[in-house]
Amino acid sequence: MALREILDSSALGSDSLPLRRHLLDLDDYSREELGATLEAAHGMAEVLGRDIKKTPALRGRVIVTLFYEASTRTRISFEEAGKVLSADVINMSASGSSADKGESLLNTGLTLQAMGVDTLVVRHPHSGAPNFLARNLERVSVVNAGDGLHAHPTQALLDLYTVRARLGGQGDNGIEGRKLVIVGDVLHSRVARSNIWGFARMGARVVLCGPPTLMPPDFAGGKAAGDGRGGLASMVEVDTDLDRAVEGADIVMALRLQSERQRGGFLPSIREYIRRWQVNDARLARARPGALVMHPGPMNEGVEISTDLAHGSRSAIEEQVTAGVAVRMAVLYQLNAGERA
Amino acid sequence: MSRMGNRAAIGRENRPVLARRARLIDPLRGLDFVGDILAGDGEILAAQTVVEGVPDGCVVIDAAGLVACPGFIDLHAHLREPGYEYKETIASGAAAAARGGFTTLCCMPNTDPPIDSESVVEFVLKRAREAGPVRILPVGCVTRGRMGRELADLEELAAAGAVAFSDDGDPVQDANLMRMALAYSTDLGRPVSNHCQDVHLSGEGVMAEGAVATRLGLPGIPTAAEDAMIARDIALAEATGGRLHLAHLSTSGSVPLLRRAKELGLNVSAEVCPHHLTITDDWALGGQGGEGRSELAYDTSTKVYPPLRSRVDVEALVEALADGTIDCIATDHAPHDRASKEVTYQDAAFGISVLETALGSALQLVHGGLISLPALVGRLTVGPARVLGPGYAALASLAPGTPADIVLFDPEREWTVDVGRFASKGRNTPLDGVRLRGCALAVIADGEMVYLSEELGAANAE
Repeated sequence: MALREILDSSALGSDSLPLRRHLLDLDDYSREELGATLEAAHGMAEVLGRDIKKTPALRGRVIVTLFYEASTRTRISFEEAGKVLSADVINMSASGSSADKGESLLNTGLTLQAMGVDTLVVRHPHSGAPNFLARNLERVSVVNAGDGLHAHPTQALLDLYTVRARLGGQGDNGIEGRKLVIVGDVLHSRVARSNIWGFARMGARVVLCGPPTLMPPDFAGGKAAGDGRGGLASMVEVDTDLDRAVEGADIVMALRLQSERQRGGFLPSIREYIRRWQVNDARLARARPGALVMHPGPMNEGVEISTDLAHGSRSAIEEQVTAGVAVRMAVLYQLNAGERA
Repeated sequence: MSRMGNRAAIGRENRPVLARRARLIDPLRGLDFVGDILAGDGEILAAQTVVEGVPDGCVVIDAAGLVACPGFIDLHAHLREPGYEYKETIASGAAAAARGGFTTLCCMPNTDPPIDSESVVEFVLKRAREAGPVRILPVGCVTRGRMGRELADLEELAAAGAVAFSDDGDPVQDANLMRMALAYSTDLGRPVSNHCQDVHLSGEGVMAEGAVATRLGLPGIPTAAEDAMIARDIALAEATGGRLHLAHLSTSGSVPLLRRAKELGLNVSAEVCPHHLTITDDWALGGQGGEGRSELAYDTSTKVYPPLRSRVDVEALVEALADGTIDCIATDHAPHDRASKEVTYQDAAFGISVLETALGSALQLVHGGLISLPALVGRLTVGPARVLGPGYAALASLAPGTPADIVLFDPEREWTVDVGRFASKGRNTPLDGVRLRGCALAVIADGEMVYLSEELGAANAE
């Protein structure tokens, strides 16, 4: 089947969905658009399974990956996705670039726009940096590849895709009605935030588990300023007891624990964290049979997740990585398939 | 009057002004009636039901439907000079003040160099004289160099003309140093103002802690950061008998602490800013409080210290302002250049350019039935005058013989905020494009017409 047909059958380019120029977070995705994106990614996975992994869909398009933070999997994944679609992909790191000379993010963005770049894939340590670029660049599509503590939408899409592939079936997207437990440092996790939007909108029950100091204060029941358009807290449950939280879970997702959290005073010790919140075989025994274990990577094996579990049969961690390329192909295709195509 | 201002006789044209049929509000004397007001020679000559006779060369304004009251007094403005003239100068700040109805401004000392010595006070006063008749009253540093380590020469600063002490922008973090400042200044007749924020609790925070910060993934500043330091400073005021002024309250928790301090008879006063009375942290999501597209989120014009907070905080502050627990409105006018705001939210400078929107914002409370018009005028005039001390009371009156600092404003006139028309160099406001109701139409400072709107000028052309 030709790529065009695959994508047409996904409804991604159909009139029922709004034309999308940027991917900043999943908070403005409807359930239908999420479904269409996953369906399109499914078609892309078919392309990736061919002997010759190449399709001319984005020939003549220029994609720049602009990374202000270190990254292996996300960056390579975007690069591969763009190249399989025949786009010209240029990688730019902040270090060694004009950013090192003090060029502002805005001026870097304007410079790339002036060179005719079509799509900017941005990773930045500051929350909202992609929104800022999207606001100020009129002729460029911006894809968020992870910004501060805010969002990592393609990670959430690939997580949804992985769950759908593993747990879904005829008439079952594998997500609706399932129980997802996200374990660890939710406070500092952009992966958790985007997954809350994605999984909750697809109908999953989302439970957060981790140290109270690493939960957003408005989730943990402190005096939260809760009358604004915040809204994440209403989509989740919080349970700090991992044994109880894992009870009946379909998916358990461990988050990376940065060692500086202990130095920052959030934790008494890594040792105590492991004792209370490590995802391991003993704890997973309380989950549903066949429950999936996930991790966005890079892992600290033996800290937030045991080595046995990370590489065992219940682990979907490698599939997550594989799904990443297909999902990013779908996203790059969608953003470039609008009226400019 | 010399200690109240910096006006030098430098020979400006100074014609008498007569405004007829205005609603005259005199907060000091508690008067509110329709009548005429005549000013000349830098003084108010008459304010009564009808002023008979028009002096030669007098500017006559038909002020029917307008309010005439003493010019507003702002205890808290950042005029950026010396050191940051690309953000604001004393002259541009004074012009912005006049547009907003303010005739007296206290300028904060976080300049470069900071206002921590007689020579810098004198520099500011010299620039203020050059800028015109809006009264610029310098605030001196509490600590030398604003470093928070040792007291500045407070008596020297006071003698040179500093009207209060503050390290604003940074709190006096060391409790014992704050104690010393309050104790040492008890015989100087000037308040010590603190920017109440425990820096260990506020950490790297850039907006209010809460649901919006969580959603945006921005580090939050808990209300406890402010409440804890207010409680500390009130205890220190009680221990020393010092005069404490609490800058820019933003939390609901500050109100009961302040109320209790006043019940105990402590020498404690407080101010609140227009933005903390009217808008909330969800403005950071873009769309000015309504639905915003994702591209508009992280609006850096909403980044301010202390941060915009929740509806609960706003309601508590409005109530405390209305019942007099909070003494006055101050702008915390914090102008910035574009480059300081055209960056990520975390990199953006804190602050809002407020002087030209303060009245329109504050009048929302009157239009919403939350405070009476005379009470609001009081919080912009007699409230701040009392914080400065008894020598400034005359600035809050329309009585004959008091300084001719007068604002004529239309509480009903609707207008659209347009930063392109600001007199301030700081175009950084979340209110650009917002409709406000109420604005100043004519402002007289020390007898001189420093602002006359085009329409009022045209309507009263000779």
